[in-house]
Amino acid sequence: MKPLWNQLGQSLFSELQGGEEASLNLEAESSLYFRLNGNRVRQNTSLEQSWVSLQYQREGRGVNLSWILKGDLEKDRQEALAWLNKARAQTQALPPDPHLVAMAHHGSSQTEFTGELLPLDKVVEALASPAEGTDLAGFYCGGRQIAAQQNSLGQDHWFSTESFFMDYSLYHGSKAAKSLYAGRSWSAAEWEGNLDRTKAQLKNLEKPSMKLKPGAYRVYLAPGAVNEVLGLLSWGALSAAAWKQGWCPFKKLAEGEQSLSPLFHLRENFALGLDAKFNAQGEISPDSLELISEGRLKSFLVNSRSAKEYGLAANGANGQETLRSPEIRPGSLQREQILKELDRGLWISNLHYMNWSDRTLARATGMTRYACFWVEKGEIVAPIQDLRFDESLYEAFGSKLRAVTDFSETEPSIGTYGTRSRGGARVPGMIIDDWTFTL
Amino acid sequence: MKFLDLDPHSLLQALPRQADWIGLRFVDELTSFRSVRNESPEKMTQSRDCGVMVEVLAEGHFGYAGTGDLSPSGLQKAFAQALALARTSSKRKVHGFSPAVRPPSKGRYRSPRQQELSQVDLAELVSKLQKSTAAMKISDQVVTRHALLMLVEHDTVFVSSNGSEISQNLSLVTLDLSATAADGKDSQTRSYNGSFARAQQAGAEIFRADEWTQEGEKLAREALELLQSPNCPSDIRDLILMPDQMLLQIHESIGHPLEMDRILGDERNYAGWSFVKPEDFGRLQYGSELMTVTFDPTVSGEFASYDFDDGGTPARREVLIDKGLLVRGLGSLESQTRLQAPGVANFRSASWSRAPIDRMANINLEPGTTKLADMISSVEKGILMSSNRSWSIDDYRNKFQFGCETAQLIENGKLTKRVKNPNYRGTTVEFWNKLAAVGPRDEWEIHGSPYCGKGEPNQIIRVGHASPPCLFRNVEVFGGAS
Repeated sequence: MKPLWNQLGQSLFSELQGGEEASLNLEAESSLYFRLNGNRVRQNTSLEQSWVSLQYQREGRGVNLSWILKGDLEKDRQEALAWLNKARAQTQALPPDPHLVAMAHHGSSQTEFTGELLPLDKVVEALASPAEGTDLAGFYCGGRQIAAQQNSLGQDHWFSTESFFMDYSLYHGSKAAKSLYAGRSWSAAEWEGNLDRTKAQLKNLEKPSMKLKPGAYRVYLAPGAVNEVLGLLSWGALSAAAWKQGWCPFKKLAEGEQSLSPLFHLRENFALGLDAKFNAQGEISPDSLELISEGRLKSFLVNSRSAKEYGLAANGANGQETLRSPEIRPGSLQREQILKELDRGLWISNLHYMNWSDRTLARATGMTRYACFWVEKGEIVAPIQDLRFDESLYEAFGSKLRAVTDFSETEPSIGTYGTRSRGGARVPGMIIDDWTFTL
Repeated sequence: MKFLDLDPHSLLQALPRQADWIGLRFVDELTSFRSVRNESPEKMTQSRDCGVMVEVLAEGHFGYAGTGDLSPSGLQKAFAQALALARTSSKRKVHGFSPAVRPPSKGRYRSPRQQELSQVDLAELVSKLQKSTAAMKISDQVVTRHALLMLVEHDTVFVSSNGSEISQNLSLVTLDLSATAADGKDSQTRSYNGSFARAQQAGAEIFRADEWTQEGEKLAREALELLQSPNCPSDIRDLILMPDQMLLQIHESIGHPLEMDRILGDERNYAGWSFVKPEDFGRLQYGSELMTVTFDPTVSGEFASYDFDDGGTPARREVLIDKGLLVRGLGSLESQTRLQAPGVANFRSASWSRAPIDRMANINLEPGTTKLADMISSVEKGILMSSNRSWSIDDYRNKFQFGCETAQLIENGKLTKRVKNPNYRGTTVEFWNKLAAVGPRDEWEIHGSPYCGKGEPNQIIRVGHASPPCLFRNVEVFGGAS
């Protein structure tokens, strides 16, 4: 792929005329997908797809055009030239874009991670044999991903990684324990260990479920649940553009009217190696970018377009100003102290289908999901019937935040909308008072 | 579209006959976003998603291999992958299928349109969008003024070893207009029937600049009015939902729970399971007798109309819920075979790169007889909500909480003051059994969404939902301060 990619760029950029600038982005994957239900294969897919995007600029106007590579240099070169001509025609028809950021050379980078992945004919047995006798529903994805960027000013980035994940649930009737096994090199022993831990968790779900009344309960959000809340922050809470355009849930945090708990620290940490450090413009993010420190907003995610429009300093954010490699800093609560500290309340392993219910108050709604338990006197009593919550994050991560665990878990991104996503998060667990359940 | 220059039959014939069935699904889709914010161009993109999914049935299991390489050698390579996948998985397959789940079908479908989207003059179009946002500029407090068109020109060609020859050509338009007003403390957004809800099959003939500017100004006024409005009260009262909120109510609490792959448990590791059990068909009183719901891919211009699903099954209208009684699920031939229950032609994929799964298409609430004005008159203490802005429901599709952009109180049979941040919550079957009135055909509106997510790997698909206004009794509603 790399030689084709380089030659495509050289060929396209050599066609540019005076006043024109262009960049190319590549998002490619060679993936195997297996979907299992009842520990049997429901569907499987092998996929080769390579998306290339042309950003074209001339006289303060710009367009972005994308297509699928065929893998044949001559055909792909011809198609790229056709798209370049399309870009020229479309740009001419557009008014000037006052917020267009001129292309620049932000440097170059080369990052490659190789792995040891299961070959196509070994995946099913490797997954299913150790799970024999379980009601497993899950999704395996493995393969190579490439993100690359080059522009007509000589910028050249390449990021390639081989990895896999097995995102799965083990069921006991209608209740389930959820887990994820992910990495770069498949290990049968690690997979079996992961399964054993999930099976052990499933044991707790065999007791009859308790039905709790709506109300306020002390909760322990396990890292998986914290990660769900963190995901919602990418719906405008940390976006500079959202703030300026009037739809940012953390507006009051930005303007000092609200603060979170001093225990709450959030940063982008690209040293985790979960995602490429460059964005679609080829700008490189700092290894660490403090977003919220001791409960106070230090920085929004600011891309160069927002920076130009609003007079802010860009910090390498992507086009949507979403989190790519966030990390919530751990605290001091030891794993073995969690139940004792929770004392009486809910152990919540996962949350589901979150959404803002009132952005002005940073209020969010969602559901408990998977292995969630009622705890009395520091001991698990019984699984619960799922509950709906509606809670302001200003309070949950503010005055109600009691403790943060001293350990964190890495939650790689497992999204596959359009293309297989990259990135992920590193998150601890949290104990929060009076989490509000409504239904 | 360029791939139509290919000869799908020759490509199919060139593949080795080493399988019980082979299908080739070519997809070529050109998506254009034209968006303007505060009169300036914002998102000007075009993407062409073009490739083929090679589908192979061997040893009772389907293997899928997608590639953007449409050359004969590219297809040969994908065929080998798909065959290997089918064989390696067959020993642990969920179900043994036969070619009967891929019926031989022939036909063509074409979205209704008068003017091709490809004939649109870009400069003129962007100028219309700019005028739309300029019309929203009625106060300095209207800080964000947005106009967007998503235009899709889509072709699918499906051929199979048992004789299917299907081509479907879609022309899809989604319009999004929104105005956000802010006063330093609060901000409120109004959009045209909710975000991305004005979605239909049509051509460029529906680009009406006058309508966009009038609507833009109206949305800006409503956003400003909301800033000054009190919060929605928190209590139990009668609720009228307008068609642009009914679309979400239908989607989340009827469409998803009736998907048979969810009922079979395929989806439970991701989007979730369903409270509906196989034995509920023909027995469960899902809602009041006023509730009749159809799967209807035949409605002209509705966003998810088509003649064939991606398995080649001819699509036709089917009643899902008849006078409140659940009678049929949303399941393809594969799910029907596994569940031994009737379904519909809804085996759909988001792209050439994805295997089809059970999806919604057009799920509509059939009209009733009570005019909106009469519904309002019949309510002593109530609220009328419009335009979805927040949605959340549990993984069994029971406990939901939905929010709208705007609402008006109903007091003693009359619409009174506007309130902001309106939300309501309930559980699915209990809620639909509170359905007390359904609007007539002339108040029936067709909406849709380009963005319904589901599946592993994940897939975004287009759906259509049509409904008149509806009245529900005694619903828990609440506002921003509760």
